Amino acid sequence: MENKKELPLGGVIPRGGTAHEYSTGGWRKLRPVVDKDKCTNCLICWVMCPDSAVITQDGKMVGFDMEHCKGCGICAVECPDKVKAIKMEEEAG
Amino acid sequence: MAISTKGQTGLTGNTAIAYAMKQINPDVCPAYPITPSTAIIEDFSSYVADGAVDTELITVESEHSAMSACIGAAAAGARVMTATSAQGLALMWEMLYIASGMRFPIVIANVNRALSAPINIHCDHSDSMGARDSGWVQLYSETVQEAYDNFIQAVRIAENEKVLLPVMVCFDGFITSHAIENISLLDDAEVREFIGEYKPRHHLLDTDNPVTYGAMTLQDTYIEFKRQQSQAMSRAKDVVTEVGREFAGKFGRDYGLMETYRLDDAEAAIVILNSAAGTTKVAADELRKQGKKVGVLRPRLFRPFPFKEMADALKNVKAVAVLDRADSMNGFGGPLFNEVRSALYELDTRPRVISRIYGLGGRDYKVKDAASVFDELLKISSTGKVETLQKYITL
Repeated sequence: MENKKELPLGGVIPRGGTAHEYSTGGWRKLRPVVDKDKCTNCLICWVMCPDSAVITQDGKMVGFDMEHCKGCGICAVECPDKVKAIKMEEEAG
Repeated sequence: MAISTKGQTGLTGNTAIAYAMKQINPDVCPAYPITPSTAIIEDFSSYVADGAVDTELITVESEHSAMSACIGAAAAGARVMTATSAQGLALMWEMLYIASGMRFPIVIANVNRALSAPINIHCDHSDSMGARDSGWVQLYSETVQEAYDNFIQAVRIAENEKVLLPVMVCFDGFITSHAIENISLLDDAEVREFIGEYKPRHHLLDTDNPVTYGAMTLQDTYIEFKRQQSQAMSRAKDVVTEVGREFAGKFGRDYGLMETYRLDDAEAAIVILNSAAGTTKVAADELRKQGKKVGVLRPRLFRPFPFKEMADALKNVKAVAVLDRADSMNGFGGPLFNEVRSALYELDTRPRVISRIYGLGGRDYKVKDAASVFDELLKISSTGKVETLQKYITL
């Protein structure tokens, strides 16, 4: 945005992947907290997360991308009933 | 029906526009029929069915969808056009702003028709005048020949890289759209060579270079995008002139930003759009025979409004009547009056300017109507006094 005269015509964003640069983590009211002792790495949370904010490594769930997690809580709801490894906690005021 | 491009050909306005579309061979045409523009798409759909064009004709469920599909196809990099009238254009309203804001060079034939209520299918300009602030270039056409020529030039104007804005070609419902006139058509090859190939800067089907269309802009950039659009609209004026000159050089028919008729030494002038200008010129000829100095100014380009050229053309006239085939309903006169009078305000010595609303809903405008306005103007010119600033005529 340094040079507003050079803004692309019609508001087109002339490259892909720019959503990654936009921090949506600031919208969060509740944050997901995972208990890795309970987690079975079924990766249902990774499948269901609408913001691709569940981080995996070597096929295992290792945490959340807090720059993009909006705190919607879908992961906590979708975590299987027998496991319930994810809880939503209040963000510190 | 086989149409010959040799010599003169008798065509209605709608048939001529459909033929121009066949010659242009657009990539996509989303359309919904509405009187009096229906025959454009009806004829064009025959060309599609006969394989005369490669166009993807999308029959949508409303004009809102027609313009939405135009926008989607334009984002995918297609050359897009459609046609509509009255309620159809009104239903497109929010999408008109999106088409221009996203800088898509869509071309539309708007066959001018009155807006309901009361329901009416005949000519006035309330439809396109309602869209005058939507960021579309607006060209108005007096005759079938001019509508055909404007439509072909519209492609070049819209796609010019200094412009990249949608263009609306307006002509009068039934009067021009349904009356047969002898016109000269260009050869297919001439049209193709004149319009050239459309190469969009970006498009959604280019997966190697992904782009986003329709992103949100807030307080930090929206106003810059609108200024950019306004500057492009302002540049369109010179592009309309350039394209008109090139067209005249190649095909011999010359159109500027406006037509002036017997205006050089005129004391009184009528400013009027589209087909009614023809009637007004006949009245001017008759009054000239009686030695009365009257002339006509017919704007061709209404958006962007060529206000400097307008003031220059009318600066020596003593009394001007601006005739609007649309009312701004308790604005100060009709929309054309507003702009012409405002353009003249910059002059040191200004003509007296009156507003007359005529011909709404297709009411006939006759030579005697024009003559009576000229007589009123000549009286104003000699006395310097305006008795009635604004009123309806042809009642």
